[in-house]
Amino acid sequence: MSLVQGAHPQTTQPAEGARAALLAWPEFNKPAVWLVAVILLIMPFIASGFFLIEIFATTLILGTIALSLMFLAGYGGMVSLMQLTIAGFAAYMVAVFGMSANTNISLGWPWWLATPMALVLATAFGTLGGALAVRTEGIYTIMITLAIGAAFYYFTNQNWAIFGGHTGINTIATPKFWGVDWRSDIPYYYVTLGVAAFCYFAVQYVSRAPFGLALQGVRDNPRRMAALGFNVNAHRVAAYAFASFIAALGGVLQVWNYRQISPGSVSVGACIDILIIAVVGGITRPIGPFIGAFIFVILRTFALDLLVKFGLDGNRFRLLIGLGFLAIVFWSSDGVIGLWERWRRRATATDKRPGGGHGHG
Amino acid sequence: MDRSAPRFSSVGAGAALELRGVTRLFGALAALTDVTITVRPGERRAVLGSNGAGKTTLFNCVTGDFPPSSGTIRFFGEDITHFPPYERIRRGLRRTYQISALFPGLTVRDNVYLACRGVSRGRFSPLRPGANDALMHATESLIQAVHLTPVREQLVAELAHGQQRQLEIALALAGAPRFILFDEPAAGLSPTERRELIEILTSLPAHIGYIIIEHDMDVALRVVESVTMMHNGRIFKEGLPHEIEADPEVQELYLGAGHE
Repeated sequence: MSLVQGAHPQTTQPAEGARAALLAWPEFNKPAVWLVAVILLIMPFIASGFFLIEIFATTLILGTIALSLMFLAGYGGMVSLMQLTIAGFAAYMVAVFGMSANTNISLGWPWWLATPMALVLATAFGTLGGALAVRTEGIYTIMITLAIGAAFYYFTNQNWAIFGGHTGINTIATPKFWGVDWRSDIPYYYVTLGVAAFCYFAVQYVSRAPFGLALQGVRDNPRRMAALGFNVNAHRVAAYAFASFIAALGGVLQVWNYRQISPGSVSVGACIDILIIAVVGGITRPIGPFIGAFIFVILRTFALDLLVKFGLDGNRFRLLIGLGFLAIVFWSSDGVIGLWERWRRRATATDKRPGGGHGHG
Repeated sequence: MDRSAPRFSSVGAGAALELRGVTRLFGALAALTDVTITVRPGERRAVLGSNGAGKTTLFNCVTGDFPPSSGTIRFFGEDITHFPPYERIRRGLRRTYQISALFPGLTVRDNVYLACRGVSRGRFSPLRPGANDALMHATESLIQAVHLTPVREQLVAELAHGQQRQLEIALALAGAPRFILFDEPAAGLSPTERRELIEILTSLPAHIGYIIIEHDMDVALRVVESVTMMHNGRIFKEGLPHEIEADPEVQELYLGAGHE
């Protein structure tokens, strides 16, 4: 399909390097990444139960939910504040279809039926919400998704038949099979690590597949995407479906962790926490939300003690998070990742100066 | 209309593009008024006219960026008046934009790949293209055709203006175009780049027709066989390039007195 055949005697193997770049996982070339992977894998042998669950598993869960926002915002340019609501919806559905102390609500299905059901329903819920949200742009997308989140919060508060009102649903059963209690610390940690890793690599992979590339095209220039043959709104809704599934996985993990779900877990404040996590970490790369979640969890867990030590009210830990959020947004439009990359670039620039080498990337 | 009208406005099912009484209103302003144009398959035509003559609005109506307020548009016999833009594009219509409409956050190759993907199946594919993906080959040869191979890994935001204009054209050539609308492709190009542009346009396969909006008469008249002159949202005159160039009314209106 060369249009000007013979006119340009170019090299004939331009595709080789191109394909390699497109197919490669650049992350795996870095030793630091392998180090992190190994540390995460042997974590149960290093960390106590408290750290394993309260710090690392919680980081992985919040990171997974924030990852779904990163996918929408970073690749699709759609800031959705309902990602935690979708996770919460999945959590409620696990409680409703599975087993819990609220026998008048829970249908008592085994976990292997209740969990897929919860994932499917939460994905459908998020996709429907997305179908509403894609009719708007920018700040209106934020508003409509926030409205969905707020509506769901108040609905769960008032609905006793399915959502158990303001007390929620308690003592939810967690999976036990192959002789393993999957909610005991070490197996549960590996479950969250596995799910988080799966979601991380799925997002990473899809970002370079036609679907993800087209989503980035929609972010950059929706009108041109339509003029290239893409149904822009269908693409956006599909992105919501994909992100909803990831958020739903995070929600299932969360309800297995706490074994209860109540409106407090799906409050507007919690929705905004997900936004903070994603923005603090950085929304241009899938790793960002996990870094943001780690910072968030560390601050939430230890800022209280730290503040008390300085003679301040421990409940002011959110002040620290807020100040950190302000500082990061102020110094870097791309969160901690942006700061890190800028620092790296400066370091490599100083390294290269004597050789006078130039090049990009 | 005038004597040349029958030659270019002949009614026939064989028309590539057929506009009948197309009007486009922006509030009380009529950007296009009762425009009727017929273009044969493979025909190459220039649309001339001063700023505000309705040239770009004409393109927007044809591609569906803004649908017409009234009138019908047929593309190879099919009524596409109420189709969304992507349905028109999938039928072989293409366009470029006067102000480059690219994806600055993506590389040149990703831009061209998206253009190729947009007019083929698998737009939603979550699978990365394999080593022998036909679209990857199409992408590479298209990049080569518009002389962008050396910068194909670069982000579009980093490209020079002329390179962005070339990429703009590459996006319109993806897949199997049947008819292309070029909106001032030569705007801001250097003389060398203009020569390359003319070469690209003249070497397009003969079955691909196009309409080109171009202020530079040297470019326009070298790459077209017919000319439509627009004024105030209406068709003012149609004819062969030399007829239009010699027409005193056209010179008065468009080229200005200083051209003599």
